[in-house]
Amino acid sequence: MTHEPHTVYIKPTKGLAALNLRDLWIYRELIFFMVWRDIKIKYKQTMLGMAWAVIQPVMTMLVFTFLFDKVAQLPTEGVPYPIFSFTALLPWGLFATALNQGSRALVAHQNMVTKIYFPRLILPAASVFAGLVDFFIAFVLLVGLMLYYRVAPAWHLLWTLPLFLLLAIVTALGVALWLSAINVQYRDVNQALPFLSQFWLFATPVAYSASVISPKWQIVYSLNPMAGVVNGFRWALLGVGNGPDITLWVSAGIAALIFVSGLFYFKSMEKTFADTI
Amino acid sequence: MTTAISVKNIGKQYKIGAAETKFRYNMLRDVIVDTMSAPVRLAKAALGKSAHRQNQNYVWALKDVSFDLEEGKVLGVIGKNGAGKSTLLKILSRVTEPTVGEVTVRGRVGSLLEVGTGFHPELSGRENIYMNGAILGMKRSEIDAKFDEIVAFSEVEQFIDTPVKRYSSGMYLRLAFAVAAHLEPEILVVDEVLAVGDAEFQKKCLGKMGDVAQQGRTVLFVSHNMSAILRLTQESIVLQKGQMIMRAPSQEAVDYYLSSGQSQAGERVWEADDVPAASQPFTPISLKVKESGGKIVDTIRSTESTVIEFEYQLSAPLTGLRVGLYLSTMRGEYVFASFDTDAPALYEKFDSRAAGRYVSRVEIPPDTFNEGRFAVGVNASSFGVRRYFMDENALAFNVDISGAPGTQWGEPRVGPARPRLNWKIEKVD
Repeated sequence: MTHEPHTVYIKPTKGLAALNLRDLWIYRELIFFMVWRDIKIKYKQTMLGMAWAVIQPVMTMLVFTFLFDKVAQLPTEGVPYPIFSFTALLPWGLFATALNQGSRALVAHQNMVTKIYFPRLILPAASVFAGLVDFFIAFVLLVGLMLYYRVAPAWHLLWTLPLFLLLAIVTALGVALWLSAINVQYRDVNQALPFLSQFWLFATPVAYSASVISPKWQIVYSLNPMAGVVNGFRWALLGVGNGPDITLWVSAGIAALIFVSGLFYFKSMEKTFADTI
Repeated sequence: MTTAISVKNIGKQYKIGAAETKFRYNMLRDVIVDTMSAPVRLAKAALGKSAHRQNQNYVWALKDVSFDLEEGKVLGVIGKNGAGKSTLLKILSRVTEPTVGEVTVRGRVGSLLEVGTGFHPELSGRENIYMNGAILGMKRSEIDAKFDEIVAFSEVEQFIDTPVKRYSSGMYLRLAFAVAAHLEPEILVVDEVLAVGDAEFQKKCLGKMGDVAQQGRTVLFVSHNMSAILRLTQESIVLQKGQMIMRAPSQEAVDYYLSSGQSQAGERVWEADDVPAASQPFTPISLKVKESGGKIVDTIRSTESTVIEFEYQLSAPLTGLRVGLYLSTMRGEYVFASFDTDAPALYEKFDSRAAGRYVSRVEIPPDTFNEGRFAVGVNASSFGVRRYFMDENALAFNVDISGAPGTQWGEPRVGPARPRLNWKIEKVD
């Protein structure tokens, strides 16, 4: 070794010391490798490969179009329904993947957790970031759809869309931190996940427009951070809705709360993962 | 000299018996109450206030252990199963935190215990090298620099772009070990790595360990193999029931360990607190590997018959009990299993056994095992009724193959068995 070895102090950790951001920095390459691995193996031995990243949201869009547009005839504020729902399915898909993969990340990598040291945060984080690749592939299709339906994005798209994407990531990561840590001790999480993601989908304006909710409930409705994300995506890409207002700030506040509390909960439980998993 | 590892009064407490209280329902009412209160309990537990805390028993897997280790020294760690060796290594490699105490470690800790962790069957050998390297804490540039060396060491050049799920277990293991061996940590922790793989591979591991020690790295070496401890370490510590009871030159420590009756060389003795309460009315007492002369041995000769003796106590009569052995390689592949009532005559005769002390003794014929180290597992069960006791890894022994069939060629033979077969050669035209 040419460099001076750094000294590590191993002792029972308490409070803020447990955050240990330095280690996260030292292991930054591992995040990249885990994301790369997740993407690499996701479509191994599949015939359609990466096409699945497009097929999944497209199929959902078709089903939604049939049910909610043709049958139920929900209002879409003047936007063709397929593109209206697809715009929402993008961030939703990102979130759903993160929710399902991220919450199982620790348990799925049991042998790593019980054998080697690395910041455990990397596992749920990598699951969330791996979902981004699917997101960008589907995004290309969305651009195609917008051209086809001749929907012009608003000029504020360029700087607001990344922020809404960030909000989606923060929400997903926050929820994944909470659930993956709880899952180590209580596998009930595994059982609850399918129901939770279904319920959450209906609580989010993916298939319908947020405008169907009466104004006096809008604040309560926006306690679901994904509602803020989806409304933001529609506003940035399709120009529907009011744009950032109080409901967005409520959503963003809740997302930040979930994320920060998730980080602390995860970190406080981290030391027991290897013993209880 | 600088201190590489400084361990100060560390202890590790584990919780036991929690599962038992959680699943012990007596009445439907209890089940319902328990189910109803589950969300509350879950919420409380999530907040760190376990409602069941008072019901839980704690056990110290490691208690009040302190030692310093200078840079470049090789320290042996001796102790029987459950003495706290693995817990100590887990704390040093930061897998788990100590409950009390403090450790200062200067440099990166690598462990040969981690071979293959994070390997994914779908990824190619090349991809797994990068992945595994990153998990072990190597930088990408470091892996790039050592890549060719790793591949050469693993001897899988041809298949480096094949998914590792197509590898033989030997290739898989060699590749995994190659990555771990090239990590070059300042401190290397080795736990029973010699128990993995065939004899040839074990030699390679030992060689690598010797190299590492000569390069002036600090090594912590845990093994049940006393001759390996003596060969590779100058100094050892002895752990017993979580406490460090001795630190001495290895010869002295090994002598103490072997004479104090904790030894597992050819013999395993169960003490009362080693046996789970759930195994009642069956209590294992001892398991012995003996050469045909009756002497307890750690290394058997493959060309002679071997006796394995399992002694146990029944505190109540049992019907349909069968007591058996599972022989497996250290890689966990079974060689065979055999039960004491396999023979129809004994099956009839011992349909039920009265309470008392028994010995089930079996003679394994000559020319059964190939060279290497084998594990003996024990199992006591009533078929289709209940398994009383099971220890897949009760004891291990080495096999010496001098004089075995084919040794004139001095090359390793594949497979765990080395039977003496009756070949005939005929000239047919």
